[in-house]
Amino acid sequence: MRYVDEYRSEEAVRKFAAAIRDGVTRPWTLMEICGGQTHTLIRFGIDEMLPPSVTMVHGPGCPVCVTPLEMIDRALAIAEKPGVIFTSFGDMLRVPGSRTDLLSVKARGGDVRMVYSPLDALELARKHPDREVVFFAVGFETTAPANATAVWQAKRAGIRNFSLLVSHVLVPPAMEVILGSPTNRVQGFLAAGHVCTVMGYREYEPIAAKYRIPIVVTGFEPLDLMQGIFLTLKALEEGRVGVENQYTRSVTRDGNVKAQGVLREVFEVCDRAWRGIGVIPKSGWRLRDEYAEHDAIRRFDVGTITAEEPSVCIAGEVLRGIKKPNACAAFGTDCTPEHPLGAPMVSSEGACAAYFNYGRTV
Amino acid sequence: MTDERSPRPADAPFDLSCPVPLSQYPHVLLAHGGGGKLTQRLIEQLFVPSFDNPALRELHDGAVLDVGGRKLAFTTDSFVVTPLFFPGGDIGSLAVHGTVNDLAMCGAKPLALSAGLILEEGLPMEQLRKIVDSMRRAAASVGVPIVTGDTKVVDRGKGDGVFVNVTGIGLVRDGIEISPRRARPGDVILVSGEIAVHGIAIMSVREGLTFDTVLVSDTAPLDGLVDTLLSAVGEKVHVLRDPTRGGVASTLNEIAGQAKVGIRLEETKIPVSEDVRGACEILGLDPLYVANEGKCLVIVAPEAADAALDALRRHPLGAKAARIGEVVADHPGRVVMRSRIGGLRIVDLLTGEQLPRIC
Amino acid sequence: MCLGVPGQVVRVDRNDLGMTMGLVKFGGITREVCLMYTPEADVGDWVLVHVGFAISKLDEESAKEVFAMLEQMGDLADLGPSTDAKD
Repeated sequence: MRYVDEYRSEEAVRKFAAAIRDGVTRPWTLMEICGGQTHTLIRFGIDEMLPPSVTMVHGPGCPVCVTPLEMIDRALAIAEKPGVIFTSFGDMLRVPGSRTDLLSVKARGGDVRMVYSPLDALELARKHPDREVVFFAVGFETTAPANATAVWQAKRAGIRNFSLLVSHVLVPPAMEVILGSPTNRVQGFLAAGHVCTVMGYREYEPIAAKYRIPIVVTGFEPLDLMQGIFLTLKALEEGRVGVENQYTRSVTRDGNVKAQGVLREVFEVCDRAWRGIGVIPKSGWRLRDEYAEHDAIRRFDVGTITAEEPSVCIAGEVLRGIKKPNACAAFGTDCTPEHPLGAPMVSSEGACAAYFNYGRTV
Repeated sequence: MTDERSPRPADAPFDLSCPVPLSQYPHVLLAHGGGGKLTQRLIEQLFVPSFDNPALRELHDGAVLDVGGRKLAFTTDSFVVTPLFFPGGDIGSLAVHGTVNDLAMCGAKPLALSAGLILEEGLPMEQLRKIVDSMRRAAASVGVPIVTGDTKVVDRGKGDGVFVNVTGIGLVRDGIEISPRRARPGDVILVSGEIAVHGIAIMSVREGLTFDTVLVSDTAPLDGLVDTLLSAVGEKVHVLRDPTRGGVASTLNEIAGQAKVGIRLEETKIPVSEDVRGACEILGLDPLYVANEGKCLVIVAPEAADAALDALRRHPLGAKAARIGEVVADHPGRVVMRSRIGGLRIVDLLTGEQLPRIC
Repeated sequence: MCLGVPGQVVRVDRNDLGMTMGLVKFGGITREVCLMYTPEADVGDWVLVHVGFAISKLDEESAKEVFAMLEQMGDLADLGPSTDAKD
């Protein structure tokens, strides 16, 4: 497959690994923001090709993992309502709420359906005018244009039985929380290439300047990650700060301007709770008042939701890169992909699941 | 990457003292039928202890029973696929092929089949006719009669149209002993063709995951292919298994666990068609965990590996057969794969069904 | 967020709701994709697709940059002995 296979070349990856080994003169700690990047690093064993002095810390870039417990419980309550067709990406189906998860709701007779695209959910609403179709709109900025378009179309076409349950999260505020923390060890960032495809990377420039760090916008194939890590380390070794773009075949400084236009029309910034981290101000998007009719939060009364996290789960520290998954007392014993206590063990992008599935016990 | 792993309770797939008992799940989940860890748990913790006997404990695709000096293979398989009709087949042909294949995986020539149908009230008679005709043609192509059966009808809403159970008996070829326990370090692992076809074909007609290209299921009877193989290398074949639900990864994990050997795979050697590859990339699926219905895995003594591969490739269903790995003494019970960029990764059993992802 | 897959545009048209849609080829399969965010993409171009939407048109020249960099690194290595690996 073009644009994929050539970025999985063993020879090319090893060449960068060698250049990194040759160029590094002291220990460095880097963070990759995106869960997809974590997945690639671990699946291909890339972090193990790096010299021991380079530490990769896995960031909270898994929107599934950071969706607040309260939101999951709300989703479950809506899915349990008769007449509702609750649609979601595959990732969300196993995430545990306080009591149960979407797959279990399905097992008990709820109409829970997996879709590939929010447009498929919209199509369901068109086909079943007598049912309420709800789409669980989670994700970072990458997924937001798709979700925005679905509801924008619904409004234009008068498809009234379609609504979104929105829990979008934004990357830059999360980065600021990590960098601003007194226990921060991260010295360089790999920014998420697909988030930046949509949003561009202008908003990272003040962050790089304020915290005096290098940020390299990086793609998702093994070669992209190796090159992204290489460029970040080179900047650190040479004492340079600022934003660089590794993923030039997809990312420009301004990003996708047309998509940003639709986002501004449909969403507005709000405070957002990140599961395991807490509330980060102005770190989320919600539907504007003009779209209230299509907002599942306003449309469905689910009573009071009291969300309760299991106390042993250290998801917060894992998501902030303070601890590795295998440092958790429950990792691999009480908490496994088949009986997850926290979201990073459920999502295939979650650091805990990645560690478990690819055999990292030490 | 080290292959040693510190032992932990949920380590080997067949650890009967697992810390998460069945009572953890008060309701049956779809994942219990996914071919992964939960399916294993159900078998190990409920069915095997309840029915316990030596033939059952072998946990092969079919049971082999001694009947008056001859070895009789006996297998059963139930089919609950939706949609009922898909490119390349339907629940009827799938059911006949599936059971014939289970017999073939025991090294047995199919002798007779039974067909149990559970029909949902309201199923159009035309659909039933099509399915039955499909079963007739599938059985005829193999030359095996459907000699007995049963029919039940359940209330509307209590079934997915049709559930089919096919049970089969066959006679194991003389001198052949196929069993996971025969796998030995040094044995070579072959696959009879391109993987993940059936699972992707099914997914491609399900709501919400459609493609424009028509992906055709690989459902097929493998008795002819197995016959060609066994005629060429006979008792050098140690294990045969068709990687149905859960895919190649789950099946190899089962074998590794049962035989207490390690398995080493080479990612670059695993045959995947361009179509299936594209579909897996979009959906974020790993082809190793996607179901196959017309493929088999062969574990063969190293000195017969080339001859075995040649034999498979001579048969139309084995044209794309490939050598994908070997059995090793290291990391018993574990399957490890060398990725295309040179790193090693563990290929573990999944919890339940693999789901498409966006992340 | 993460799973973006490159595909080649095979056809461009509009759906019932007036949105620009296209048929995009991934490896051997094709699927309908919304192209409204890549209006510049035409038949034959490559786009990056996430959940059924093309979010960028892939730039072929830029795609080659990493390989140019690798070649350069290879050339420099040939010029003289490399520094010792410091682990």
